[in-house]
Amino acid sequence: MDFFNRFAVPHPSFLIYGAMVSIAIAMIAVVVGITYFKKWGYLWREWLTTVDHKRIGIMYLIVALLMLFRGGVDAIMMRYQLSMPDNTFLDSQHYNEVFTTHGIVMILFMAMPFITFFFNYLIPLQIGARDVAFPRLNALSFWLFFMGAMLFNMSFVVGGSPDSGWTSYFPLAGNEFSTSVGTNYYMIAIQIAGMGTLMTGINFITTILKMRAPGMKLMKMPMFTWSAFIANVIVVFAFPVLTVLLAMGTMDRLFGTNFFTTDNGGMDMLWANLFWVWGHPEVYILILPAFGLYSEIISTFARRNLYGYKSMVASMVVISIFSFLVWAHHFFTMGQGPLTNSIFSITTMAIAVPTGVKIFNWLFTLWKGKIVFTTPMLYSILFIPLFTLGGVTGVMLAMSAADYQYHNTMFLVAHFHNVIIPGVVYAMIAGLTFYWPKMFGFMLNEKLGKWTAWLLSVGFVLAFIPMYITGLDGQARRMYTYSESTGFSTLNMVSFIGAAIMAVAFALLVYNIYYSIRYASRDIGSDPWDARSLEWATHTPVPEYNFAIIPEVASTEAFWDSKKKGHELFKGKIEKIHMPNNSPLPFIMSCIFFVFGFSMVFSIWPVAIIALIGILACLTYRSFEKDHGRYISVEEIEETEAKLRGAKK
Amino acid sequence: MRIKMKLMYLTIVCTIATVLAGCEPLLVLDPKGPQAKTQADDIMLSIWLMSAIVIVVLAILIFVLIKYRASNQSEDYEPPHIEGSPLVEAICIGIPIIIVIFLSIVSVESNYKVEATPAGYEDQEPIVIYASSSNWKWHFSYPEQDIETVNYLYIPANRAIEFKLYSYGPITSFWIPQLGGQKYAMSDMVTTLHLAADAEGEFMGRNANFSGAGFAENTFEVTSMSQADFDEWVDEVHETADPLTDEKFEELLEPGHLGRSTYTGTHLEFSPAPEHDHGSTDSEVEEPKQEDHTDHESGKQTNHDNH
Repeated sequence: MDFFNRFAVPHPSFLIYGAMVSIAIAMIAVVVGITYFKKWGYLWREWLTTVDHKRIGIMYLIVALLMLFRGGVDAIMMRYQLSMPDNTFLDSQHYNEVFTTHGIVMILFMAMPFITFFFNYLIPLQIGARDVAFPRLNALSFWLFFMGAMLFNMSFVVGGSPDSGWTSYFPLAGNEFSTSVGTNYYMIAIQIAGMGTLMTGINFITTILKMRAPGMKLMKMPMFTWSAFIANVIVVFAFPVLTVLLAMGTMDRLFGTNFFTTDNGGMDMLWANLFWVWGHPEVYILILPAFGLYSEIISTFARRNLYGYKSMVASMVVISIFSFLVWAHHFFTMGQGPLTNSIFSITTMAIAVPTGVKIFNWLFTLWKGKIVFTTPMLYSILFIPLFTLGGVTGVMLAMSAADYQYHNTMFLVAHFHNVIIPGVVYAMIAGLTFYWPKMFGFMLNEKLGKWTAWLLSVGFVLAFIPMYITGLDGQARRMYTYSESTGFSTLNMVSFIGAAIMAVAFALLVYNIYYSIRYASRDIGSDPWDARSLEWATHTPVPEYNFAIIPEVASTEAFWDSKKKGHELFKGKIEKIHMPNNSPLPFIMSCIFFVFGFSMVFSIWPVAIIALIGILACLTYRSFEKDHGRYISVEEIEETEAKLRGAKK
Repeated sequence: MRIKMKLMYLTIVCTIATVLAGCEPLLVLDPKGPQAKTQADDIMLSIWLMSAIVIVVLAILIFVLIKYRASNQSEDYEPPHIEGSPLVEAICIGIPIIIVIFLSIVSVESNYKVEATPAGYEDQEPIVIYASSSNWKWHFSYPEQDIETVNYLYIPANRAIEFKLYSYGPITSFWIPQLGGQKYAMSDMVTTLHLAADAEGEFMGRNANFSGAGFAENTFEVTSMSQADFDEWVDEVHETADPLTDEKFEELLEPGHLGRSTYTGTHLEFSPAPEHDHGSTDSEVEEPKQEDHTDHESGKQTNHDNH
């Protein structure tokens, strides 16, 4: 009995039991549904074993959207709890779990897969390639990420969620003060997902460097590809720090080491430093691809080339370097002294310069353009002022002496949501709306889309602007309650209303998808937005080999040139195409990783050892496996091309 | 659409302006000591400067959106191809650089101010108070006065105060918004926070750094009073309060919330602060004093010297 007791949630409540029941019902429904419609074979052949970058991308998208709603429910619960003084909706422990999982889910399991979805789906198309450099590694990346995410979410119903904040500062997260298995889940689930991300980084750097279409010099790459390239370089430099950090944390929690404990020479500030050495570059991993998407969208709908291409690239390179030089600004108040604080204060403010260059370049892209207000463009236009507001409050926070007053307050919470929501989330929705027709062959409804954008923005302003004010009035973040006498209640109620409006906006997004699936026109061609880069040069839906003939490129806007200036993209004739084979190994190996992770969380050593042997067996098998891929014959390609309404020549 | 947006931003700006300049001053912008004053001045300066930037960006955006929207142009207008101009881009880099340099100078200057004895009190010997946190309480030890309080802090007004911060447990952050910004209290080192109150009065103090289940209520009350009242209070404590024993202190450290309590003697005698030569935040004047404490009170530390 003792053995089973530890799987119980330590602080159960009606909400958690309700969630358990609904999760169980949903899982049964999915299994029954797949069985009834006889889709197991289809699922296995077309999705679970696929190495196609487009399908892997769509799986990332599905996970990201699911996690968006999970993190969103967390957010609404927090806002409701704080909307009234002395509210008893959540107790302290639950509130702590909710803000912890909100942070982790939104950053690592929503934003990260969302940008990885764009990497996967777009980069091979944008550079005129047929897949990524290592398709099977790509599948492994996804499945490791997926299993990490599932393991993390399991903490909700088995054993209890982590409760030490998404930053998980030790010693609070150590065994002494965090006794449930929640933080074990944090350490191990993020480790597994993080390995997937690191592989993604390596994969896309190689893809972008080695697989570009002929003629596409580095300085002729589309801006999203550039941003993705730089983001993946940051991944490769930053994620190993996270790997080491989580390994140290795991050892502290499971094997009694003393890296971060309060005695025996442990250093609690070591965790904070290492965490932000990874954590700060991490936010640039998220924002740079978002900048890339905005660049594509703004230039498409201003009907103009991107202003200052070279300075756009240069500013991203500078941002990526500086992203590694600012981590201490997350804890100016740790007592490093005025000299250290001054250095980090200046490096932090310096980031405003390249970021400002980008903002001005977007404004100048609109200059002399012919601006069309589509939904993706609306998000991009709302992004500029809202993100600028978030950026300038970032400069305020960078002034370290003043930061002693902002730190750990709602002002900080307002700031980072003010950069992440207009910066990343808007870009994700804008990009999703923009590329939806490429993926699925129909457009999302424009009217509903614009309503969503406006509702989201109104909700955002109402939800987060009041936090700047309550922060300056002394409301610390992560407080599960406050008393009437503090005077925070009105503004917190406004925040809750804003959050509720945002929830309506997201519901509208879902409705839009449903509505468009039912009613949208399927007759939209392959270039519905009159766009500029290579991904629009192929058919919709995109055939598995992407391009029947590899395009030749002479400028940053090859497709636009082919439409307007008579540039010939597809020279030569169709030849047989070499493609990688599907493989069940990434999925199987990741499942074993899941078992390994779960048994590590609960210290079930025999199972962990068996799982580890299983992982090694998979690796060994792969090392000796001979798989030379397969060829698609010319006849088959011609048939497909004819079906997709005539090959482009 | 554009009007909606204009309205939206007008509302934001108005809300901020009303609240900032409005009826009830926000705690951080209502300073009662020189450190908080420095910080509030920096904050207001940056708010005005940053508002100007936001307004400029917004103005350019609205202008280009109105002027170059498709419905405002002829059907056959074909936007030109513009690579970018070195002059324009130099301006776009130059102006932000100037702003950043200006703010850097302000920021560095303030850094040294808030990390030293408060301005106007340099000639005084500061009163040293050890503030240590445990889940979820604050313990204030007055070594010179030889008394200790829990969850409340009495300080003499118009006197420099040097807080020595550390924690029995998770990282916490000692914060009295109206006297000055916060600083971390950690388990394996002592940090120093220099504050002073220009006025008598009552202030809110709290732990600002999340430290577990009891974090929300981890607050303390600060009362600033005249030196005479303070001395009187010290005498009264010596007459009425019980001595703080090792056992009693262990009891106080148990996780939970407690009301106020007062003791004679400090826990520093049997449970010394984790002081070692960290020395980053002490001004030169106080250096000898700091070492003095280290000599007498640092028995616990052996492995910290090599940090």
